Amino acid sequence: MQAAKHDIIQQLQREVLSLQRHKSIAGQQLVTGWGDIDKAFPGYTFPLGAVHEFISTNKENAAATNGFMAGLVGKIMQNRKLVLWISTKRTLFPPALNMFGIEPDRIVFIDLCKQKEVLWAIEEALKCNALSVVVGELSELSFTESRRLQLAVEQSKVTGFIHRYNPRTENTVACVTRWKISHLASEIKGMPGVGFPKWNVALLKVRNGRPGSWHIEWSADGFKQIAQQAFTFSEMLQRKAG
Amino acid sequence: MGKRFIAIWFRHLTTDRMVRIQPELKEIPFVLSAPERGRMVIKAANIAAQEIGIHVNMVVADCRAIYPSLKVYDYKPELAEKLLKALAEWCLRYTPVVAIDLPDGLIMDISGCAHLWGGERPYLKELLTKLRGYGYDVRAAIADSVGAAWAVSRFGKVSPIVESGKQIEVLLPLPPAALRLEESTLELLNKLGLCQISSFIAMPRKTLRRRFGQNILSRLDQAVGKEYEFILPIQPAEPYQERLPSLEPIRTAKGIEIALNQLLEKLCIRLTKEGKGIRKCIFKCYRIDGNVQQIEIGTNQSSRNVKHLFKLFELKIATIAPALGIEVFTIEAPIVEDTSVIQDALWDFTEGGNSTAIAELLDRIAGKLGVDTIRRYLPDEHYWPERSMKVASSLAELSETGWRTDIPRPIHLLSHPETIEVTVPMPDYPPLLFNYKGVLHHVKKADGPERIEQEWWLQQGLFRDYYCIEDEQGARYWLFRLGSYDSGEPKWFMHGFFA
Repeated sequence: MQAAKHDIIQQLQREVLSLQRHKSIAGQQLVTGWGDIDKAFPGYTFPLGAVHEFISTNKENAAATNGFMAGLVGKIMQNRKLVLWISTKRTLFPPALNMFGIEPDRIVFIDLCKQKEVLWAIEEALKCNALSVVVGELSELSFTESRRLQLAVEQSKVTGFIHRYNPRTENTVACVTRWKISHLASEIKGMPGVGFPKWNVALLKVRNGRPGSWHIEWSADGFKQIAQQAFTFSEMLQRKAG
Repeated sequence: MGKRFIAIWFRHLTTDRMVRIQPELKEIPFVLSAPERGRMVIKAANIAAQEIGIHVNMVVADCRAIYPSLKVYDYKPELAEKLLKALAEWCLRYTPVVAIDLPDGLIMDISGCAHLWGGERPYLKELLTKLRGYGYDVRAAIADSVGAAWAVSRFGKVSPIVESGKQIEVLLPLPPAALRLEESTLELLNKLGLCQISSFIAMPRKTLRRRFGQNILSRLDQAVGKEYEFILPIQPAEPYQERLPSLEPIRTAKGIEIALNQLLEKLCIRLTKEGKGIRKCIFKCYRIDGNVQQIEIGTNQSSRNVKHLFKLFELKIATIAPALGIEVFTIEAPIVEDTSVIQDALWDFTEGGNSTAIAELLDRIAGKLGVDTIRRYLPDEHYWPERSMKVASSLAELSETGWRTDIPRPIHLLSHPETIEVTVPMPDYPPLLFNYKGVLHHVKKADGPERIEQEWWLQQGLFRDYYCIEDEQGARYWLFRLGSYDSGEPKWFMHGFFA
């Protein structure tokens, strides 16, 4: 009885998602290794073939954001496909990408001067389905522009990451998620020195999902969720419902 | 300096060609024949056949009577011209002006070319040795006029090089046939007993004209060099070129697009047949007023995809100024390459995916935003962080060395290290606090130092001691100290941010 009920609910959830224009890509599923964070996403999987927005406000957080993005890119590309990294004033240091599971020579960097050019290049790249991920670094993105990117992605099923550094306003955009990554003090128990990168990952918006915030560490095995004392936003919702 | 011409005579052009294709024919007498008035007539005979008395214009049946095992092949009338054209193109390496002289010769204008080979004699020797090496039986001569060079190459017995201004002396003992006269004139001259040019060259021009026609005078003048003779040089073929003339002048962008598309389609069909792809392509528009407008594209990977090439051109069509209209369009591909499958097999960066699609995307980006915006990095064997990678030259280039994974490197590296102020408890220790751009950071955790020495063979200077630092906020930095405390107050720098 209980199992049947569960099945029905799952079926209904899928129907609702399809009504909400959420399309999952058949046969592709990203194993993030995040544990219960995946539950924040529609269909309980990280949405591929969509545009994700990351916002950072200072240099330190920009580095943290790029680290987090690099981890995700590495998981998605699996060192089998090519990635385009389009930016202005790039400070990313390719040799460091090795740490995030990416062979740096599999990334093609496109260094441009103007925002307009970056947007054009991102859109063209997102239309090319031979790529796996396209990363774009720019500061301003209007709603119309983001909608164009989303339309491109819906055709080609390429995943796009847009890193907005220090935007003037955090305006509404047509991306499926909005993330903010900030650094946290690393932990090494009983040892001196600096430990693995650790971030406070805030999922501010997610279409058809539940926003939340978590502590995530990048270690040699990949992402690892760190249990935290304060309860998350989603838990709060559950408590209210309960 | 006057003009110098060389005339080359291929004495057995077509039969030499046969021997080149079938070397076993070299010693055997054979002839090429064609039907003429109901009989098979010999059109060409090789040296071995000529030695046993078989000559051109004999009937094959008669020759079979002389030599029963004579081999007879079909004569192809257009072969000689085709061969001469190919040889003329080959000769373009010796001079830019080469003309075909049917039925069995070439004429080249070598003014100002011979000194590159060290004079006319080595030049001629080199040319003849090469041609003889290919198996052609050739004679050649150099003179001030086309006529004299022709005469000496066919009939000359002394020296193949006629010195400047000496053509009359050389011509005197030659037979009248050396003047390229018609058959009827030659017969007449022969009947009159004028067997050498010397016997009639001194005759009054009026008499000559009355008896033999105007032609003999102009031929004489041409041979002597009094009358300039025009030769029609062959055009070196642009190997990959297509043309499209338009009925009416084209002035609109749409019209240009249609023309471009048609030309590209033609060109790409040809390239597909030959298994090649375009690396560089030029589209030229010839305007009515004589001006030529052109646009040019390049590709990262050889391509024969019409749509893709069109897209590359499309970005530049706006730069064409049609003015009153364009009457002829041409497209040419100066650089083509075999579309390689080997490279893809070496490093398939898309895992069986569409590498052409990526190359085409990069072409579009390069076409619009510049080639230098696209970079791919490979590891370089240097410790110095700025030199630890190099820009790859192509999409498919692989490195022999791997990336280093044993040392921590920051995800963001400043292109120029920025100075910071620090408080250090004691030398060779990480700082306690540092001031970066007016903000004070308290150091909580630190790793290091990692000393990186200057690569003295590239650059002189102090070493760097790098520290990984974490401040009280949890932000991670890469700082270094330039030099040591032994030599005064060393400077500290911020060089990067860890994730």
